[in-house]
Amino acid sequence: MLGLNSKDTKFLLIVIFLTLATPILLQPFPEGSGMAQFNAGYPDLMQRFAIYGIFAIGFNILFGLTGYLSFGHAAFLGIGSYSVVWMYKLLDYNVIWGLPLAIITSGIFALAIGFISLRRSGIYFSILTLAFAQMSFALAYSVLTPLTNGETGLQVYRSDKQVLLGATEPTSPHFFGIVMRENFWEPSVGNWQFTFNNGYYFCAIIAILAFYLSLRIFRSPFGMMLRAIKSNQQRMNYTGLNSRPYTLAAFVISGMYAGLAGGLLASMDPLAGAERMQWTASGEVVLMTILGGAGTLLGPVLGAGFIKYFENIFSKINDNVLHTWFGFLPDGIEDFMVTIVHPFVGKGWHLTLGLLFMAVVIFLPGGLVELGQRVGRLFRRRDINSADAEAKAAKQRANTPAE
Amino acid sequence: MDAILLQILNGLDKGSAYALIALGLTLIFGTLGVVNFAHGALFMIGAFCAVTMQRILTISQTTIDESRTDFLGNPMKVETPYVENWFGPELGGAIIDWAVPLAILFAIPVMICIGFIMERGLIKHFYKRPHADQILVTFGLAIVLQEVIKYFYGANPIPTPAPAAFTGSFDFGVLLGFDPNAIIYPLWRLVYFVFSLIIIAAVFGFLQFTTFGMVVRAGMADRETVGLLGINIDKRFTIMFGIAAAVAGLAGVMYTPINSPNYHMGMDFLVLSFVVVVVGGMGSLPGAVLAGFLLGILESFASMNEIKSLVPGIDQIIIYLIAIVILLTRPRGLMGRKGVMEE
Amino acid sequence: MSKSNFTRRGLIRTGAASGAALAMPSIFTGAAWSAAHSGYTNAPQGDTVTLGFNVPQSGPYADEGMDELRAFELAVEHLNGEGDGGCLATFSSKVLDGTGILGKKVAYVTGDTQTKSDAARASAKSMIEKDGAIMISGGSSSGVAVAVQGLCQEAGIIFMAGLTHSNDTTGKDKKANGFRHFFNAYMSGAALAPVLDKAYGADRKAYHLTADYTWGWTQQESIQAATEAIGWETVNNVLTPLASTDFSSYIAPVLNSGADVLVLNHYGGNMVNSLTQAVQFGLRDKQVNGKDFQIVVPLYSELMAKGAGANIKGVFGSTNWSWKLQDEGTQAFVRSFGTKYGFPPSNAAQTCYAQTLLYADAAARAGSFNPCAIVEALEGYEFDGLGNGPTLYRAEDHQCFKDVLVMQGKENPDNEYDALEIVEITPRAQVEYAPDHPMFAGGSLGECNPGA
Repeated sequence: MLGLNSKDTKFLLIVIFLTLATPILLQPFPEGSGMAQFNAGYPDLMQRFAIYGIFAIGFNILFGLTGYLSFGHAAFLGIGSYSVVWMYKLLDYNVIWGLPLAIITSGIFALAIGFISLRRSGIYFSILTLAFAQMSFALAYSVLTPLTNGETGLQVYRSDKQVLLGATEPTSPHFFGIVMRENFWEPSVGNWQFTFNNGYYFCAIIAILAFYLSLRIFRSPFGMMLRAIKSNQQRMNYTGLNSRPYTLAAFVISGMYAGLAGGLLASMDPLAGAERMQWTASGEVVLMTILGGAGTLLGPVLGAGFIKYFENIFSKINDNVLHTWFGFLPDGIEDFMVTIVHPFVGKGWHLTLGLLFMAVVIFLPGGLVELGQRVGRLFRRRDINSADAEAKAAKQRANTPAE
Repeated sequence: MDAILLQILNGLDKGSAYALIALGLTLIFGTLGVVNFAHGALFMIGAFCAVTMQRILTISQTTIDESRTDFLGNPMKVETPYVENWFGPELGGAIIDWAVPLAILFAIPVMICIGFIMERGLIKHFYKRPHADQILVTFGLAIVLQEVIKYFYGANPIPTPAPAAFTGSFDFGVLLGFDPNAIIYPLWRLVYFVFSLIIIAAVFGFLQFTTFGMVVRAGMADRETVGLLGINIDKRFTIMFGIAAAVAGLAGVMYTPINSPNYHMGMDFLVLSFVVVVVGGMGSLPGAVLAGFLLGILESFASMNEIKSLVPGIDQIIIYLIAIVILLTRPRGLMGRKGVMEE
Repeated sequence: MSKSNFTRRGLIRTGAASGAALAMPSIFTGAAWSAAHSGYTNAPQGDTVTLGFNVPQSGPYADEGMDELRAFELAVEHLNGEGDGGCLATFSSKVLDGTGILGKKVAYVTGDTQTKSDAARASAKSMIEKDGAIMISGGSSSGVAVAVQGLCQEAGIIFMAGLTHSNDTTGKDKKANGFRHFFNAYMSGAALAPVLDKAYGADRKAYHLTADYTWGWTQQESIQAATEAIGWETVNNVLTPLASTDFSSYIAPVLNSGADVLVLNHYGGNMVNSLTQAVQFGLRDKQVNGKDFQIVVPLYSELMAKGAGANIKGVFGSTNWSWKLQDEGTQAFVRSFGTKYGFPPSNAAQTCYAQTLLYADAAARAGSFNPCAIVEALEGYEFDGLGNGPTLYRAEDHQCFKDVLVMQGKENPDNEYDALEIVEITPRAQVEYAPDHPMFAGGSLGECNPGA
């Protein structure tokens, strides 16, 4: 189906199911219970899962396949966001204008930056991309303020032209009248409350398409060529083949994915901040990809979800919440438990994240995907389903010597 | 003319901090082949050694002064450092005043220990793993280290003044025949510059003129052969890791009067120090030092008003711009060897 | 899916709006009980009302964020009738009685802004969508305040700004749902100028170092205008990158420029480093134009003063409030805060405490949590007893007008919390400006938005 073999089709179907069922899957605990804190099924976070998933999928096309480690992909994220917000300011709130523009502008920037940076390889390439992204960030924050609104972030003002804005048109981002921040269904089952949000499904459908595209790229001769570049570029060059056009194509494609992700961020929330382009944001996508399992199809998405979950859920646990958790314990023990847990949550969420990073890297060289496989192997003797393809990719990566 | 001289001086000082950090980073990369993203954190821990030294020296005896009240109307608690009780306010005060230089003695063993623990406990297991894994695990470690520091010391910068003898500045301008105040230079920065030159010289001297250094250099060039000769190169590399950590730590200790230490100062320097190392050429010690000073001086020039008015915002991007230009004209940085970190 | 012709701009205030909103699909619905049928987003159901405290918990302003959080917790305690009641006794409005707000117990959620607009908005959105927060407060930078204020306007939530000092927050970026108790850059300039005139004379030449982002620019513009009005000359204004930690190359040329005052339009770590380095250069021991060289830091905070240590001695700046004030409200607040935490509160903490009480009081007076009712209750509201003296929440731009403190670094501080002393309490009349003042021009409040 769709040019995929049966194994991949099954894999794709599983991914589609998981994506569409996210509002239910991420809401495992009933409201009002102590564990409700860990629910992640609210629109903003689900949208972020999908968007950063796209970002990481795109990054993986470059890094996972060719091994070129870009430290500047956040620049494309920012460019995508700025494009979309500018379209809001000039035309109207329909995202149909901004999103294609986001992909095109980030593609152009990626072409220019990639053309220069790909003249070098290894860490020299990483530093070149980092330098471009940091320059974009610094300029967007200060000198380019007329274009980016600097520290405050680009947003729509009431004085903006918005030439296409109709009288009855929604005044927040929408797709032909489907308002992104509205929910189309809010069922509650017992104490469980589920939120089905327009914006999330918009992102989810795009994410599925993006995933499908990356699946096709992975399985195509082009993808094979990119893998060949990763395993031995020199040998490729000796055979008389110029690998640059291939890596450049991969760079531009992944830059466009990043631009799309940035555009979607601004489609969900009409603001574009310069921090999106900072090196920490570039580093974040690297972490997501490696954490999830570079070179695997699903890994980067898992990694993206993992990091965003920590950022948004763990940072909100304060002492007050801890006391309600441990409230059933005798006073002395309660305070003791709160003291023990306190450094790891709330303002200490970075610490937990850092420790988990280290744990994953030390014990799971193939990333979270490897964890899934290990757990899977416990239950099944033979890997017969689509995860097989993942296993191969993970193995290939694990066997690659230090690059 | 005086403005240019002034910025060269500034640049040398900025550059000496860059050079020291980049030197340590290159030592680790050159010997162990590990890309250490926790190096900025080592610099930060060095700075906090100075803070700790200051805290130790100012451990205080609390007495209650009934004649004054605090903000809640209770009798005021007055804290007098034990050091002042023991040695009298004069000498005791002077000792506290010299906390930062004294912290050097404290930082060297601490940093070497931290370096050993890091190498033996963690980095050792990553020699055979891809560079990406090394980056990730050391980055994770950097986050953990800085969060631990934040937990104990808070997020606010902590004042760590230089000894009173070094506040104020030295007037170079008068020396060179310019007007007074044309070229002034803070005394502590002068100290920092000289200090970094001494450290750089010591590291190079150690590698160049001792047997230990010779073996390490041989190991950097060809680890396997040196190993085959029956030399325990791993042990020596571990020691080099400790030394590199100490270099980073000392750079941090001495930097505290210039830049009040806070828990994220390591991250602030991390990206910059990598740019310096790469511009210098991966694995090249002289390259790292050269690039450090070069970038420092050019950054200072870019912040001159005359240049900023020509190209607004140039001081924000100069480092990266130079990195791009150098990497495009010299593929492996200023003094990089072929084949290192290029795959 | 129900399509709607609902527009924010088309909304008419309160009554009509809430009536119309009944028919609207729920936007920004969050927690289970945030039913749309109350006419506004996150209408509290049951016996609790949830407030969202969004403060920096990681990044350079984490300590300031923690102090804000302490103040919020204290405010919630007092509202719920725990502790000693703090400013409830001194507040000029007496509708709050320690039984929560409108009989509902106050609960709160916290989040981390990371001092990044993006993260702050994500955190605020999770409070609105997941936890059902009806009001968001806190923050330690103007970029974040403007970003979250915009979000709250769209979502139909009240935003009670924390520490934000840029003119833009209640200037070109002002929003109907947003309120600022903290003072702003214009007020800093207006309060400082007369004191500087008295201390340093009218014949001075100033050199500005300015952090290169929007707050820095508005701060610089304000202080330049104010000092030029008393006769000072501005020699130069140099923009410094936000990420700078070493300002030596910007400080070095100052002495030779003919200026005899250095104005540091920096905040937080930038300010600590630039001041420390300027002092290290020996600037304050120099003589230029026959006068002692001086340094001015327009915006102070207690935490910055702590970070700068001895370098701050004798340097003038301004703050919104200080625990050293002697009025009833200040004493009540400082007593409860000090008793609970063991040290005096910062002015960031005070503004957050005051904002929480003001919100609760507005809801109580209005008899409703409907954002539009609260906007109405706060607009043009005169109050006293929260520590800043008689204060007005101006209807035109939702900015508080009150006395501004001019502070100076203390020569012999008793302890680390005692770094600043009050030089002058500049009366409110002196820092007032017209709502259409050019530094604040360009924005409009718009209509209040009750959301769902």
